[in-house]
Amino acid sequence: MTAPPAASLIAPSRATRASTALAESLLPPVVALLIALVAGDLLILAFGQSPAAVFGLLLEGTWGNAYGFGQVLYKATTLICTGLAVAIGLRAGLFNIGAEGQLAAGAFAAAIAGLWLPSGTSALLAVPIAIGAAMLAGGATGWVPGVLKARFGAHEVIVTIMLNFIVLAMLNWVVASHLNVPETLHTPEIAAGKVPRLSALVPAFHGSAANFTLIVALAAALGMWWMLFRSRMGFDLRATGLQPDAAEYGGIRVRRVWIRALTLSGALAGLGGINFVLGYKHYYEEGLAGGFGFLGIAVALVGRNHPLGIVLAALFFATLSQGGLAINALVPKQFVEVLQGVVILAVAAAVPEVRRVLRAGVARAAGPA
Amino acid sequence: MTAAQAASAQLAPLAVRMSGIVMRFGAVVANRGASLEVAPGEIHAIVGENGAGKSTLMHVLTGLYEPDEGTVAVDGHDVTGWSTRQAIVAGVGMVHQHFMLVPTLTVAENVVLGREPRRYGAIDMALAQEEVIALGKQFGLVVDPRRRVAELSVGEAQRVEILKTLIRGARILVLDEPTAVLSPPEVGELWRVLRRLRDGGATTILITHKLDEVMDISERITVMRHGETTARLATADTTPADIARAMVGREVVLAHRGSGIGDREPREAGATKGAGHALEVQNLVVGTLRNERAVDGVTFAIAPGEILGVAGVEGNGQTELIEALAGLREVSSGNVMLGNRDITRAPVRERTDGGLAHIPEDRQRRGLVLDFPVADNLVLGLQHRYTRAAQIDRAAVVAQAERQVRTFDIRPPDASRPARALSGGNQQKIVIAREMGRDYSVLLAAQPTRGVDVGAIEFIHSRLLAARAEGKAILLVSAELSEVLALADRIAVMYRGAFVAILPRAEATTERLGALMTGATSVPGATPP
Amino acid sequence: MNASDLAAQMIRIAIPYLFAASGGALAERAGVVSLALEGFMLTGAFAAVVGSWMTGDPWLGILCGVVAGALFGLLHAVACIRFRADQIVAGIAINLLVIGLTRLGLQLAFDSSSNSPRVEGFTAATGSGGLLLATLQNPLVMAGLMVVPILTWVMYRTPFGLRVRAVGEHPAAAESVGVRVKPVRYAAVVMSGVLASLGGVYLALDQHQFTDNMTAGRGFIALAAVIFGRWDPARAGLACFLFAGAETLQIALQGTQAVPSQFVQMIPYVLTIVALTGLVGRSIPPAALGRAE
Repeated sequence: MTAPPAASLIAPSRATRASTALAESLLPPVVALLIALVAGDLLILAFGQSPAAVFGLLLEGTWGNAYGFGQVLYKATTLICTGLAVAIGLRAGLFNIGAEGQLAAGAFAAAIAGLWLPSGTSALLAVPIAIGAAMLAGGATGWVPGVLKARFGAHEVIVTIMLNFIVLAMLNWVVASHLNVPETLHTPEIAAGKVPRLSALVPAFHGSAANFTLIVALAAALGMWWMLFRSRMGFDLRATGLQPDAAEYGGIRVRRVWIRALTLSGALAGLGGINFVLGYKHYYEEGLAGGFGFLGIAVALVGRNHPLGIVLAALFFATLSQGGLAINALVPKQFVEVLQGVVILAVAAAVPEVRRVLRAGVARAAGPA
Repeated sequence: MTAAQAASAQLAPLAVRMSGIVMRFGAVVANRGASLEVAPGEIHAIVGENGAGKSTLMHVLTGLYEPDEGTVAVDGHDVTGWSTRQAIVAGVGMVHQHFMLVPTLTVAENVVLGREPRRYGAIDMALAQEEVIALGKQFGLVVDPRRRVAELSVGEAQRVEILKTLIRGARILVLDEPTAVLSPPEVGELWRVLRRLRDGGATTILITHKLDEVMDISERITVMRHGETTARLATADTTPADIARAMVGREVVLAHRGSGIGDREPREAGATKGAGHALEVQNLVVGTLRNERAVDGVTFAIAPGEILGVAGVEGNGQTELIEALAGLREVSSGNVMLGNRDITRAPVRERTDGGLAHIPEDRQRRGLVLDFPVADNLVLGLQHRYTRAAQIDRAAVVAQAERQVRTFDIRPPDASRPARALSGGNQQKIVIAREMGRDYSVLLAAQPTRGVDVGAIEFIHSRLLAARAEGKAILLVSAELSEVLALADRIAVMYRGAFVAILPRAEATTERLGALMTGATSVPGATPP
Repeated sequence: MNASDLAAQMIRIAIPYLFAASGGALAERAGVVSLALEGFMLTGAFAAVVGSWMTGDPWLGILCGVVAGALFGLLHAVACIRFRADQIVAGIAINLLVIGLTRLGLQLAFDSSSNSPRVEGFTAATGSGGLLLATLQNPLVMAGLMVVPILTWVMYRTPFGLRVRAVGEHPAAAESVGVRVKPVRYAAVVMSGVLASLGGVYLALDQHQFTDNMTAGRGFIALAAVIFGRWDPARAGLACFLFAGAETLQIALQGTQAVPSQFVQMIPYVLTIVALTGLVGRSIPPAALGRAE
C-alpha cells in the first residue's frame, strides 16, 4: 500500500507538532516531580530513613486502604474547585491569588443558607440553594478585583492578596461576634442541605470525610472543560488570555471578559467551601480554608490549567497532604509540605525552561527587532 | 593599488567600512550583502523603505548583532562581531528610534547611568550635572539636568540621548530615524547640533526615509533596498527623484501594474454609483496619549468598487486612522458612516456585522491569536456567527476552515495547526481569507503585504483587485509607495495626521507623492492642498 | 499606657515591617516581584533561633538569620532570573516551602510541633528608663530604625541604587549603556532576602523563641506598605509606622471594645487597594516589575 506523497509529507509533521505541544504541557510537571522526588529522597536520607520505605508507607496510607483513599478524595474535592478557580483566571490571563478568601466566603455563605433554611427542607432544594449561595459569595469576592482591574487598572494579584486578608478578617469578626457556638470559633450546625458521605454508598469508606460533593466538583471540572473548549465564552476568554489585542480586534470586550473570568473564578473557589460545610463538618469554622486556596495555585500550575490535569493534580496534592499523616512514624508529616513547595517551585522554573528548549530552533526565526 | 592610493588610505582610513554583510533571522534575511562606506567627519544618510535593512545594518555596526557573513571595519580596524560594550569604548554610539531612556530618572541620571562619577561611594551628582551642562553648551544641546525624563518633550529627550553617547566619547554617531518624532523647529535644531558635531570632527550616520531631510543635511547617501545597497550618491550631485528611484521600484509590483491597472478604467470617487458611498468619513479627529490630534480632521469617501490608497511616511497618523475606523481607538470628534449607518462610536462587532472587514497592520499582535489553531483564527471576530446555544459549532468551524484553506491556498493545508507554526505569508493569508472570504462592503487593508514573500504579495494584490471588481470599497494603507501606485484609484497623502492631498491615480507620480509625503511644497509638479 | 509606652509599642510592631518593606522595595524597584517576604522573614526567625540556641550568642543568631535570608533570596533570584519562573508563583512556592521547612526544623531540632525552647535574645529588662528606652536598647531596633534612611541613601545616591532603579524601569535602556541587568537584579533580590530576614530575626530574638508560623502575615503587610508607599523606601517606611500605629491603637483600646480588632487588621489591606485604584494618589509600579527580560 502506498500513501499519496502529499499525505506522507503532512503526516509526520502533524505527529511532531502534536508531540511538541504535548511535551510542552506535560514535561514541566514530570520534570518537577522528578526534582521533588530527588529532593524528597535526600530529605528522607537526612532523617536516616529509607526513601522506599517512606514512599511505600505514603502510598499505603493513601491509595492502599479505603479510609486513606476516602480522605484523599475528600481533600481532592476542595482542591479541584480551587484549582479550577485559579486556572480559569490564568486562561483569561489573570492571576487570582484570592481563592483562599473566596473559599472561606463560599463556605460561610453555604453555612448561612443551611442555617437559614428550616430543618427538614428537602435536600433536593436545600443543597442547590446552599451551592448557589456559596458560588454567589465566592463570585462576589472575585468580582471586586475584576471590576477594580477593568475600571482602574488595579493589578489583580495585589488586590486578591489584600482581599484574602480583608475577607478572612471580616468573616472572623462576624463569626466571633454574632454567630459562634460559645467557646468555639464555629457556627452552629446547619439545619438543611447536608450532603451524604460516600460511605453511605461504599461502606468501606467508613470514617473518611469523602462525600458526594466530589460529584459536584467533578461536574464543575466537566462544565469548565465545556466552557473553555466548546462554548463561545471560552473562545473569548482564551483569546483574551493569549492575546488581548487580537481579542479586542475580534470584537471581544476584553474588560468584560476580565470581570467575568474573575467572578467565575471566585464562584468556583466558593464552591469548594461546600465540601467542608455541607459534606463534612456541617458548620463554618474559622480557618477552614487552611491553605487549600493557595494550594489551588499549585494544582492549576501542575494541571497545566486543563480540567483533566487539574483533577489529576488535585489527587496528587491531596495524596501528599493525606500521606503526611501516614509517614509520620518515620518522617515528620511536615515533610510533605516541603515537597509541595519544591514541586511548585520546580514547575514554575521548568515551564519557561522547557518551552525555551523545545522552541530553541524557532527562536531566531522571530526576525529583527 | 598604487603607492599613492595606499598612502592616502593610510592617512585617512574610512570611519566605517562594512562590506558583504549578510544577516539572517531564521528564514528572514534582513541584510543580503549590504555595504557601507563612511568617511571621517561626514554626515552620511542611509535611506530606504521600511524593511530595507537599514536598522539591522546599523545594529551590526554597533555590536548588537553579529553578522552571518561580511566584515565591519571602524577607523581601519577589523571589528567584525564586536560587542555593544566594545563599540561604545571605540567611540561608536547609537541614538535609537525608540529612546533608550529611563523615564523615571532625571536627565543627569540617565546620562551618567553605567559610568557614574563617584565621591565617597555615592554618585557625584553635582559633577554629573556640570558635565551635562558643559557638553550641552559645547554642542547646543540645552536641557536641564535635574528634570525627570518623563517630563521632557520628545525633542529634549532626543538631546539627552545624544548627550548620552557624547559623554561616552562617541565620535561615530548613528541616529535611527531621528526626525520621525520631531516638529519642524526641533528638526532645525537637530541639524544645527549635527553640523556642530561635524565641525568638532565627529562622523554622523543618519537613517531616514525623508528625502527632503536627506537633501538638507547629508553630504553622502547610501540607498538600500531589500537588504542590499543599491546606490551610493554624493548629495550635491543628486536629486530626490534619483534617490526615490533607487529606493522604490519593485519589479514584482510594477509587473502587476502592467497587467492589472493598465486595462481597467479609472474611476472618480462616487461618480459611478451616484450618492452611494460605501464609507464616508468627516472631520475625523483621533488622539493618542502623546498627540491629541494624531488624526487631524480627515475627510474622505470611498465608492463601491474603488480603492483609495493612503500614502505617507509611517507615523503620520495612518495607524490611528485605521484603528479608529475599525473601532479599536476612540474618536475625539468627527463622523464615520458605513453605508447609511453611523458607526462613529460603534463597538467592533457591530462594525463587522455592518459589513466592515479589516486587515490589521500588525497581524501577529492584532490579527491572529497565534496559539489558536488556524481554524479558530479563521472565525476570529465572527465567532458569534458560529455559535449555537452558547456553544461554538465546531463542525461548522472546521468545514469553513477546510473551505478557506483550499480557496486561499493556506499552507500547510492543516487547519488544526496553531497559527504560530505558519510562515508570515500564510499567516497573512489566514487574515485575508477571514476578512475577504465573507460578505462585506468595505475593507480596511493596512500594510497588507508587509513581511510576506513575493508569491504572497502577488496573491494578495490579485485578491484586492478582484474585490474591487466585485464592487467592494477598499481603504489601502501602505508604506510601499509602489504598492499604492499599483493598486489605488485615488491616492491620499497623509502628513502629520491630515490628508494633505487626494490625487487621482493619473496625476500621482512618485516625485509628486514623495514631495507631499515629506511635507515639502517646493518640488515641481506638487500643488499645495 | 502613657505616650512613651505607646511609642515603644508602636516601634516594636513597626520594626519587622520596616526591615521587610525595605527588602520588598529594593527587590521590586529592581523589577522582581516580592511575594516571598513572608518566607524570608520566617526563614530569618528560625535560623536566628537555631543559631542563638546552638551558640548561646544572639549575635551569632543574627548572623545565621542573615545567611539563611540571603540563601533563600538567592533561591528566589535563581528561580525568577535564571529560570524566568513566574515571579508570583515562585514567591508563593518559597512561602510554602519555608513554612514546611521550619516546621520540619522544629521537629528535627527541638522535637516540637509548636515552638522552640527559650534562647538568648535581645529584650532588655525594663529598667528605670521605661519601655521606650528599653526598646531602643535592642540593637535590632536601632538597625530597623536606620534601615529606611540608609536604603533611601543607597537607592537615590549611589551608583548601585541608580542601576537598581534603571533595571526595574527600563532594562533595555540600562543594558544599552553597559549596565548588566541580571547581576544587579541578583544583588537586589539577595539583599531583599537579607533585609526581610532581619525582620524575622528581630521577632524571634525579641520573643526569645521561634513559634510555628510566627510571622503571621507580616510579610504581606510589609508588601502592602511597599505598594501604599509607592515603591519608595521612605514612604513605605511611613506606611509601616502608619500600620503599626493602627495596631498599637487597637491594642490600647482592646478593653473598651470600641472597634473590633478585625477591622483594625484590615486597615493596611484596604488602604493598599484604595491606593491601587488611584482614588487617592495613584500607586504606579516599576514598569518592568514581574517581567523576566
